[in-house]
Formats: sequence, C-alpha cells, structure tokens
Amino acid sequence: MKRLRLNGLMLWIGLFAITIGLSVSSKALVQLTGWTWLAKYPQGLQLNLDRFLSAALKWLLEDAALGSFQFRDITRLISATVEAPYAVLRDLIVNGFAIGQGQTAIPILQPMGWLPIILGFGVLAYRLGGPKLAAIVVASFAYLLLFGLWQSAMVTLVSVAVAVPLGVAGGVFLGIAAFKLRWVELALRPFLDLMQTVPVFAYLVPILFLFGFGPTSALVATMIYAMPPMVRITTRGLQAVSPEIVEAGKMAGCTPRQLLWKVQLPAARTMVMVGVNQVIMLTLNMVIIASMIGAGGLGYDVLTALRKLDVGRGVEAGFGIVFLAIALDRLSQALATQGPTEPAVGSWMRRNRTFFAYLAIVVASYPLAKLIPALAAFPAELQLSTGGFWAAVVSWINVNLYDQIEAVKVAVLVYVLVPVKVFLLGIPWAWGLVLSFVIPAWIGGWRLGVMGLVFAAFIATSGLWPQAMITLYLCGVSVVIAMLIGVPLGILAGQNERAHTVLTWVIDTLQTLPTFVYLIPVVMLFRVGDFSAMIAVVMYAVVPAIRYAAVGIRGVDSQIVEAGIVSGCTPRQLIWKIKLPQAMPTILLGLNQTIMFALSMLVITALVGTRDLGQEVYIALTKANAGKGIVAGLAVAFIAIMSDRLTNAAVKGRSTTGVSDV
Amino acid sequence: MTPKKLVLMERPIILECRNVWKLYGANSDTYLQRHDGVPTAEALRQANIVTAVRQADVTVRKGEIFVIMGLSGSGKSTLVRCLSRLIEPSAGEIRFEGRDLLKMSDQELIELRRHKLGMVFQHFALLPHLTVLENAAFPLEVQGVDRKTRIERAMQVIELVGLQGRENRYPHQLSGGQQQRVGIARSLVVEPDLWFLDEPFSALDPLIRREMQDEFLRLQARLQKTIVFITHDFDEAIRLADHIAVMQDGVIVQTATPEELVLRPATEYVAEFTRHIPKAKVVRLGTVARHLQSAEFAGDLAASSRIADVADQIEAAAKPFRVLDDAGIAVGEVDGRIIIDILIGRDLAP
Repeated sequence: MKRLRLNGLMLWIGLFAITIGLSVSSKALVQLTGWTWLAKYPQGLQLNLDRFLSAALKWLLEDAALGSFQFRDITRLISATVEAPYAVLRDLIVNGFAIGQGQTAIPILQPMGWLPIILGFGVLAYRLGGPKLAAIVVASFAYLLLFGLWQSAMVTLVSVAVAVPLGVAGGVFLGIAAFKLRWVELALRPFLDLMQTVPVFAYLVPILFLFGFGPTSALVATMIYAMPPMVRITTRGLQAVSPEIVEAGKMAGCTPRQLLWKVQLPAARTMVMVGVNQVIMLTLNMVIIASMIGAGGLGYDVLTALRKLDVGRGVEAGFGIVFLAIALDRLSQALATQGPTEPAVGSWMRRNRTFFAYLAIVVASYPLAKLIPALAAFPAELQLSTGGFWAAVVSWINVNLYDQIEAVKVAVLVYVLVPVKVFLLGIPWAWGLVLSFVIPAWIGGWRLGVMGLVFAAFIATSGLWPQAMITLYLCGVSVVIAMLIGVPLGILAGQNERAHTVLTWVIDTLQTLPTFVYLIPVVMLFRVGDFSAMIAVVMYAVVPAIRYAAVGIRGVDSQIVEAGIVSGCTPRQLIWKIKLPQAMPTILLGLNQTIMFALSMLVITALVGTRDLGQEVYIALTKANAGKGIVAGLAVAFIAIMSDRLTNAAVKGRSTTGVSDV
Repeated sequence: MTPKKLVLMERPIILECRNVWKLYGANSDTYLQRHDGVPTAEALRQANIVTAVRQADVTVRKGEIFVIMGLSGSGKSTLVRCLSRLIEPSAGEIRFEGRDLLKMSDQELIELRRHKLGMVFQHFALLPHLTVLENAAFPLEVQGVDRKTRIERAMQVIELVGLQGRENRYPHQLSGGQQQRVGIARSLVVEPDLWFLDEPFSALDPLIRREMQDEFLRLQARLQKTIVFITHDFDEAIRLADHIAVMQDGVIVQTATPEELVLRPATEYVAEFTRHIPKAKVVRLGTVARHLQSAEFAGDLAASSRIADVADQIEAAAKPFRVLDDAGIAVGEVDGRIIIDILIGRDLAP
C-alpha cells in the first residue's frame, strides 16, 4: 500500500513537471520546429459537428414529416399549449382584455389592480404560514410597487404562473412513467443527467431556433429547464413510499390505478411538494435569464440596466428579483411543509368562504379602480427611487476606494489568474489529450480514462480547446477560492450553534437568488472581465462548500467525538484528528457540488465578458446559431460530467484506502 | 381428546395451504420444477437461491386464532404475504374457502380483498393525508361505496376500537397505540372473513402492547373472526393462539396448540422458547388429567381451567378432583402430585 502511494505521488509530480515544461516551452517549440499544429488544433481536422447540428435542426423544422404530420406541428402544438394560458393571464394582470388588435383595439376590461393581487398573496401567505409569512410576502410586493417595478414583476410572475403548473404536471407525469416502467427510467436517466449539467444558455439556443424570439420560447425553455428535478423527485418519492402502505392499499382492494392516485402519490406528497418548490425557484431563475430571448419582465430590466451600466436601476430591479424570489420560496415552502389540518365543517360554500370573499373583492376592485385611479396604476409621484442613491454609493466607492479595489484586482490578476491561465493555455492540445486519459484512468480506472479522452477529443475536434482551457482555469481558481472560504466557514458553523443559525439563513437566501442577480454588484464594483466573473462564481459556488462542510462536521457521530474528548484531545486535535477526517467524504461531496455550481454560474458570466465556453454559447445565442450553441453547451456539460465522475471516484477511492489502511 | 380441541377440529377449514415455497434468486421460479420439487437446503444454497419459505403447510379453521411465530428472518412475514398473495409463492397450493387463491385473476383477487380479507400491518401503514375517519373508510371508498354509507360504517368500527371523538384527527397526531387502532378499524370495516395481523403490536411499547392484546382478545370474543396472527414474541403467541406454527429458517418446525408446544416441544429450537414459559399458566386440567380411578373426590373442576388458577385448591384437598368437560361429562381426575409435576417442570408420565 505504501509503495503504491509513493508511486502515485511520483506519477503526479512527474506529470506536473512534464506539463509545466511543455506549457512553458510550447511557444519556443513551435518556433523551433515550425509545427504550428502543436499549439493550435489544425482547422482542417475539425469535425464541424456544429454545422451538421444546425442543418439537422433546420431539416427538422422545415422538412421533417411523418406522412402529413410535420414536426412543425409539434412545435406549434407546444406553442399553443403554452401561449393560451399565458395570453389570458397576461391580459388579466398586465395588459387588460381588449377586442381587436393594435391601434384599433377596444379595451373591454382593464388589468387587475395592484390591491387585489397583493391582498390575494397576503391572504394566501397568512393561511399557509401565519402573520410572519404574510408580512414578508406583502412587504416584498410593496417593494415592487413602490419602486415602480410592478409591471415588470407581474410579467415575470405571469410567466412563472404558467410555467410552474405545466412543468410540475410534465415532471410528475414523466416521474410516474419512470416509476412504473423500467425502460422509461433507463431512457430518461442520461437525459436528466445531461440536462442538469448543460448550461442554461445552451437550452435557449435550439429553442430560440425552433420557437422564435418571444415569450413562448422563454416559457418552453423555462419548462424544460425546471422539469428534470421534478421528474427525479417524483420517481424517488414514489419509490420511497413504505412497502407496507402499498400493501395496505392492495389489501383494501385497490385497482392499480387507485393504488397510484389514492395511495402512492398522496403518500409521496411531501417529497413531491419539495419538487414543486424546486420547480418554482428554477422557473424564476430561468425566466429571468430567458429575458434574453424575449421573456421580458424583471430580468429584462436588469439586462438593460447592465448594458447601460445604469447602476441604480440595476440594483433596484435586482432587489426586486431577490424579494420576489424570497416571497415565492417561502410561500411554496410553507405549502410543502404544511401538514393536513383539521377539516372545516359545513357546506362547500362555507368551507370556501375566504375564497368567495376574495372573489368579491376582486370584482369590486374593478369599478373601484375606475373611481380611484391610484388603485389601477400606483401613482408615479408616490414611487420611490433609490437610483440616485445607489449611483452615488457606487461612484463614492469608485472615487474613494478605487485604488484599493484596483490594487486587489491587479494583485489577484497578476499573481493568480494570469499565471494559471497562461499555464493552461500553454499546454499543447495533444498532451492535453494524454492527460485527459491518464488522470481519470489513474483516479477511477481505465473506463473513466477512455471517457475523459473521448470528451477531450470532442472538445479539441470542435475547435473549442482554448475556450475549454479558459473555462477550466476560471472554474478551477474559483472553486479553490470558494473552498478556501467555504470549508472554514462550514467547520465554524458545524461547531458553533449561533454561527450555524446565521450562516444557514445567509446561504438559504443566497441559494434562492436567481443566478443573474449575482452579476449586478460585481459589475458595479469591478466592471467586466475575468476578475469580475471569478468573484460572481465564488459568491455563488461558496454556498455548497459551506453547507456540506457544516453538514459533514455536524454529522460526525457524537460518540466518536466523546471518545476523542475522553482520550484527552485538545479542541484543535479534536478538529484535525477526529472531526475533519470523519467529515471528509461529505466535504468532498461538497467539492463536487461546488464545481457544479461554479460551472453553471461561469456560463452566465459570459455576460460580463469572459472568453470561455460560456461566451461561445452566448455568441451562438445572439447569432441564433443552434449547432454552435449545442456543441459549446455539450463541451461545458462534458467538463461538468467529468469533474462529477472524478470527485465521486476520488471519494470512493478514499474510503476504500481508508478501510484497507485499518 | 379434549372437548375444546374437538370443537375446533370440527369447524370448517377457511384457509388451507399445502407445500408452499418461496424462493428468491436468479431463475428461482423454475428451480423447483427442474429439481423434482424438493431440493435440499444445501442444493439451494449452492444455486445461490435464498429460501424464504420451505414446504409450508397451514390449516386455519373458522373462528380460530392461528399464530405464526418466528424470529426475524424466519420467513413468517413472507409466508403471510404468500397467504394473502401480496407475494406470489414459487410453488404450492393455497385454498381460501375452497377456491384456489393462486389461480385467481387480478380482478377476482381485487374483489376477494375488497370483501373477504382484512390486514393489519406492523407499522400501521396509515395514509398520512387522510383523517382517522377517512382512513377507516378507505377500503369502502375504493369499492365505490357512497359517502354516507361509508362514513356510517367507518364510524361504527371507530367506535368498536374506542377512537370515537378522534375521528377527525390525522395519523401523525395520534400515539402509536391509537394509530394501530385505526389500522385495526380499517381492516375490519369490510367485515372480512379472514383477518391477517402482521406483527400488529411489535412496534408498540411493552405496556401498550399488553393493553392492545387484551383489547384484541375482547374484540375477538365479540367478533369471532378467523385470524392469522404473525408475531416474533412467544409470550404473545401463547397468550392469544388457538394454534401456533413455529417457523425457523423458512420451515414450520411445529404446529400445535399452546399446551402441546409447552408440554411436548418437537425440537430443541422450540424447547428453547418454551423453557421460560410457566407451564401452569398455559396447561389446562383437561390436558393433564389421568383416567378416573378414585372412588371419592374433593370436588369437580372444569377441564378448561388453567392449572395456575386451581393449583391452591387442588393442593389443599386431600382427595383428587374430578375433571368435567363443557358438557359436564367426567374426563378424568387430577391430584396434587400432577400439579407439582407441572409446577416444577418434571416430565409428565406418558
């Protein structure tokens, strides 16, 4: 065992030395030999998979048909399913109903006023979670109203309201199918794996191609993005129903259908509701991002503010998203954790009297809004704007702290970011292919090595090698920093009750925020570039690092800790010799999640001007180049899948060597 | 043969299973056919097949409590699931009221379960989203019984198990004992002919368990159901059973009345269980009485009385007592010597 370890160490050192040597000398080598293919993958050898994919999609859209049934009919059907409820809700809440089109339209019903909407959410929150939740929800909506974000927020809300039920229904349906039919589960699994790792932009490209620019595309993309966790959770929830309950259902004489709908699904409802919460949060996240393909709403406000560098508006809209996210998260969580309550007695009307009272208020609000215009549209003179304030804050920071911030930025760039970048970019692609086989093979066996080689070859032949290296470098540096910050914080939270309370609240809130929001402060303070991207990624990816470290430390068997204390460990020894080794597998799982989070955020940071794979996807998106978008998206997914397999293999290897050492 | 046993023997058979096997493993379903039906345990092990139930024979008569007793892993849960066809047996024959259970179609099975079978589970298996009342009414709901009728019937069984006033609670608001009462109510709501109870009291605290056993006996005295009762607790088995089947490693090693088990355990394994059982609390006078040989008696005692209850009386008397069966016919006599034999555990004269 010892010898193997030594060999392992030698191998790592050797590999590293060769890589550094090649990386440093590759330029000189190229000049010396004149072999330009060493540094740059030859264009003639590229596979041009992207063009093939584009052509295939085009064929699908224009020519594919089964008899008289065209593929286009499917996309039209999907459009119609999504569009109809969206149009109705949007008219109800944002636009108002009208007869006719454009200029000649005759309005017949103005949009619902803000009062009944806030009231409705307030009452719902009160019933689900009491006065505290009601206060949070009403305050969030009041913010949107006061800061003039109402219209945008309602557009976003309508998108969420349409996408969530469809996403949940689709997810539950697929989840049931996967539970009932083994082959469906097997067929779905690789798709679900891939969909959780493919960057969000990559969804947008082919959908933009198939459905065109506009809210329909955005909604379809959102549903596809939010559905996978629902599928998984439904399947797992159904599988987790205690066999006794299923047997009880059978013994009661349930038909298979009754068993599913009356026994298994209701018994799994707690888990299913957790899935609904996830769908809501993912939907919100995606609806914001999808503002790039025409979803409109709060995301669009942020996007335009970012483009114009309008600090105040960007921050305000960003907070709007944050509050909306928190309100929706708490509401759906309250819904999920709400156990059954004492059933109300009385007739149907009596049991639903709150609903009827609310309906009456809604109806009454229409004539009332005619009388009091302030109820229809919140008066502009009452609206607040902190735009000036935020602009002042940022300019104050820029004036007074510019030197300090710049110093930190330059230092990090010069001593960390640039060297790593140069090192990775310097590695000749051919040696990179060798590494992509040797490293996974050493950690997880030759199969993993082959997988690594195939993935790397895909990236190289697509001509995306430099972009992939930049992705690796930004992701790697960000993950290291996130772990350096997150693990100590997690250990602290694992030992200290108060720190745990505070940190849990912070990371819970951070996790509900749509990824888009992270860009706002970063751009305001550090402008665009790799450094800004890194900061945003670290902020986002630090959450799992903290959470898993805390869970790992708290999960250490208290008897083992007591055994340590009785053996006379100092507090320091207790951490280093007992708690950390025990928590290591969980912390490594946290590393895995940190990498996944970092990658998904990294792609979004293309908006602040990185030159990585995410940028490729983003460019493809702006040019509606579906093939290119898919290929670059797959490249990111492959990196994500590989790092997932690698960390898992490392965890497994660790635990087995741990055992054999004993 | 005592009168009690005679009565039991004459009752019609409700459930009868012959040579039931349940094997787990690759190709286990066809294994028996390919190996003449009775492979040795060694052969099965070598074929990598786990034997959960081996050659089980069970006969349950109307109105009796038939207890299947075994430790965890003995196959008792598998056997009861074969009997209710929640698990398909690998081989064997199961007849319920004369009909072949294993040949029934899915539809027939659903009908049978809806009207003739009831089952109580170890961990209650209540539906968490339904109230006590709705849980109890659930079997009627899936049958399509109208709301009014099923509420009425469910209320009756809820009262039967003593949960009136709690019918609108949810399972998570109840204690373990109360939850199992709901489970019992639910299984009784269709008025089943055959009632399965799978370790119904094992998940309860000892005191509650005792209380529920009393409650169960009280219910049974009233309802006279035919019962298959699974337990790992030998004391519980002795307390409740008319007949006990003791299982070990998937095999029924002995089927007998509690008295026979205590007095004549068939194997060392069974004897291990019976050793600590105070025989006097199990054995009835009718079982130990010797042939009438005396001319004078101190008095008459019922054949069904347990020795522990009448020991003082018999010891105090100088003469033997005459033992009478239910019909008042003398079946034998007992004296102090017999009582002491039982009390100190001396082997009975054959």
